[in-house]
Amino acid sequence: MHTINLQHINVKLVLKDSDSLDHGRDLDPVIPVFHSWIQQQAFDELLLDVADYRHVQGGPGILLIGHEADYSLDNTDNRLGVRYNRKASLDGDNQERLAQAALAALSAAQRLQQDTRLDGKLYFNGHDIEIFVNDRLLAPNTAATRDVLSEGFQEFSDKLFGGIEYSLSFGSDPRRLLAVALKASRAFTVGELLENLRSSLVPAAGDLTKHGPGRAVPDAVPDRHWREELNAAQGAD
Amino acid sequence: MKASNTLWKEKLAGQISENLSREIDAFDTDIALRKQDKLDERLFAETRLRRGAYGQRYDNGQRSDGQKVQRLNFPSGDLTKGPNTLWDAPGMQRIKIPAGGLNAAQLETMAELAEEYSDGIAHVTTRQDFQLHYVQIDDTPALMRRLAAASITTREACGNSVRNVTACPYAGVCQDEAFDVTPYSRALAKFLLGHPDCQNFGRKFKPAFSGCAHHACGLTSLHDLGLVAAKRVDAETGREEIGFEMYVGGGLGAVPYQAKLFDSFVSPEELLPLAQAIARVFARHGEKKNRNRARIKFLIQDLGIEKFRELVLEERKILPFDPRWTEYIKQAQAEFAETPLKPSGELPSLVAIEGLNGNSDKFKKWLKFNTRPQRQPGYVTVTVALPLGDITANQLRSLADIVRRFTKETIRTTVEQNFVIRWVSKSDVRELFSALQSVGLGDPGAGALVDITSCPGTDTCKLGISSSRGLAAELRKRVSEKSFQQDEAVQNLHIKISGCFNSCGQHHTADLGFYGVSRKIAGYAVPHFQVVLGGEWEHNAGSYGLPVVAIPSKSIPQVVTRLTDRYVAGRNPGESFRNFIKRLGKVELKKMLEDLTKLPTADRSYFSDWGDPREYTLGDMGVGECAGEVVSSVEFGLASAERELFEAQVAHESGQPGQAGEKAYQAMLNAAKALVELEYSDVSSDPEQVVSEFRARYFDTQKFFDPFAGGKFANYLFDAHRKAGQAHTSESSRYLMDEAQLFIDAAHSCYNRLGTLVTV
Repeated sequence: MHTINLQHINVKLVLKDSDSLDHGRDLDPVIPVFHSWIQQQAFDELLLDVADYRHVQGGPGILLIGHEADYSLDNTDNRLGVRYNRKASLDGDNQERLAQAALAALSAAQRLQQDTRLDGKLYFNGHDIEIFVNDRLLAPNTAATRDVLSEGFQEFSDKLFGGIEYSLSFGSDPRRLLAVALKASRAFTVGELLENLRSSLVPAAGDLTKHGPGRAVPDAVPDRHWREELNAAQGAD
Repeated sequence: MKASNTLWKEKLAGQISENLSREIDAFDTDIALRKQDKLDERLFAETRLRRGAYGQRYDNGQRSDGQKVQRLNFPSGDLTKGPNTLWDAPGMQRIKIPAGGLNAAQLETMAELAEEYSDGIAHVTTRQDFQLHYVQIDDTPALMRRLAAASITTREACGNSVRNVTACPYAGVCQDEAFDVTPYSRALAKFLLGHPDCQNFGRKFKPAFSGCAHHACGLTSLHDLGLVAAKRVDAETGREEIGFEMYVGGGLGAVPYQAKLFDSFVSPEELLPLAQAIARVFARHGEKKNRNRARIKFLIQDLGIEKFRELVLEERKILPFDPRWTEYIKQAQAEFAETPLKPSGELPSLVAIEGLNGNSDKFKKWLKFNTRPQRQPGYVTVTVALPLGDITANQLRSLADIVRRFTKETIRTTVEQNFVIRWVSKSDVRELFSALQSVGLGDPGAGALVDITSCPGTDTCKLGISSSRGLAAELRKRVSEKSFQQDEAVQNLHIKISGCFNSCGQHHTADLGFYGVSRKIAGYAVPHFQVVLGGEWEHNAGSYGLPVVAIPSKSIPQVVTRLTDRYVAGRNPGESFRNFIKRLGKVELKKMLEDLTKLPTADRSYFSDWGDPREYTLGDMGVGECAGEVVSSVEFGLASAERELFEAQVAHESGQPGQAGEKAYQAMLNAAKALVELEYSDVSSDPEQVVSEFRARYFDTQKFFDPFAGGKFANYLFDAHRKAGQAHTSESSRYLMDEAQLFIDAAHSCYNRLGTLVTV
């Protein structure tokens, strides 16, 4: 069967009660939070800048621009969520790369949920996760692509939801990015999903909260810590 | 870097014109050469600028995070893409849209690129371009190929070149224009793009067209070359003729210049050759060393308009005839003729408007501000107002659907950072409004107080001093609802904001203009805006505003409120804001705003800028690339020789000795031609002419002679030329490549001996 190399994966966790949020008042504190993440260089990716696009409807919202990836409070399609957009290529297989992006999005969501400056307003809704592949050449949004990838997305979703029932649906507009919407039949916390992914992917690995299990390709940007952690967890040099 | 970058070339083979394809291949090679340190960073910087790939804030690898200056440890380390500009640092890609004209497929391409290479936003600029931000330089060749497949080029979008040729977005449908300037603007854009006479400027050169003298849409007064459509009656024949009032030497920047009249009537046939002659005079006489005096406006100021005109007309006389002067206009007239998709109609009745389920007020406002009757009965133009010039990828796709549904894809960008949809049947406006409204593009207030223009400012620009977009977003928020309740005269005022004195936000032309400055208060830097009042937007930006006083950024909303309130209360009947400001005078205006220059005590928020909680600093400013480095055409020619030789080496390694030999020979020709052009700019690419001119000018005169090797390296060229067309073995092509390298090195030495600032 023809294989498709999934790169530049985006994972978005849809927020709870986002319709009732005031995108001005309630989201203003996200900007200093993102700036503080830059101060701390809170993730493996080199974090560079903050961009605010709340003035456009259904847009990318507030972005934390990084070199290897962007994090955002994304409002595409007027669905507010925490989004991770992997920009640098990774090696590894599709499952590893899906997990890397999901772990990154979940880690960001967890940080936002725990940040007292946000007053507990930005919570994952427990059910809805969207995955996008931001490369039309590698993964055109066609029926053929969806056929080829369907099984892989199911495999990943099985791990993510730990065997709990879920629905999986593809977006069908060929002009838009290949997109998969996952909906869990019961509500999950971010912590549960992180645990599911960690335990399914690297049973012996320690805390990989910050890092995905993909491996940076040689000419792409290396994630600074996760490779050592993964190697250590797997008993490698 | 995108994993698919290398695949696009093959994917789009056959969909890109040969010229564009070759240019992008060359840029791809330049990237490879720069990464191997085989291409000088200064030269690469100007090369990428001429491809529209611009630097962005923090690309020197440092950024203040509000507590300390962080060093940004990019993976490519110290590799640079220009002086003090790190390779991995994200940059801005500017995309030229001649006359702002687009079709639906191009909107869709723009959407894809914004999504895949940028941050999901396409930004419309004040010169009808698009800009994508946070773009990786390694991604730009793939991005350019995708644009080229949609018939868009980024060539000469930045750098010391002819920038986008702008034109009134209502051209061809405007009720009071002299005639449609579209085909002339497109012809001029095509003619000057990559023209050899436009490769040796000391700074950029911006042309603009307007269909009339009294509206603002073309802004010809602030352009290097402004063309205003005009008509006259020939005294002898009694026939009406069309032509252009031609203006030169306008420009904004720190000290704005109004363009001067060059000729009150230039016939269409003379438009392109005269522009070419102007380009030649600018290239030859314009300042090259001091970039602050290198725009054509300074040349005209120094020479005087009469002397400048004299030089141009002399140059015009000796220009070799070029059939493209008229052919391009004829082609453009056929290519850019527009017709409607739908039959003409009538606007909806008031009853129908009231039936819009709660949207009737908004629709009425939208109808008032965003639609404009065309001169063709039964049709209107519709302006899509973009907040801060931004549009999302999904909105671009929806807009593509909308223009397909209602028109024959007739849409243009505007200098007010909006879109204008043309040829909308009046009977479709209600449906069109609903369609726009459903995707967040139905905001009323186009061209009104709420429709604020802003440059990128400190968000992404290296030169930004204050947050122009932050201020624009704040003012927009405050004004958006209020503006429709305000006095009619206030509703139609213009606010324009620049992040610094360079005026990309065109603040000089606004009723209420602001540009970023900083002031030190109590030992701390505080972001400010200089208030510039009473500029004239009409008459193609007929006069510029009056700088009044610098006010802390956070107090600017109060400035707007105070001035508009006073205007409403104190204006004379029918008095324009500009005249009101003139009547009040600088002393009174300053007095009126004086208290706002002070910082409220104990308010720390004044030490940070709008939308940016970091403590304000000027430390993040960088060196502008607006003009790029002054790189002579000889250096470009020599770089193209290096590129050709690199490709010869690649061909040799892949077992194609014939191709390697041909490319090595071509590399030598390119280097020789670069030197010849120093003395004879009209030399063709014909190998026979290049070699014979080179022999006469550089070999016979011994100018090319190496102090030790004499004419040895020149003989490599003569030998290669004599043997051109012969078959190559792997060995012979290798020898030829070695000789080509020595010849190119000798050409560099020769150029250095001649002095690097020789102008042609």
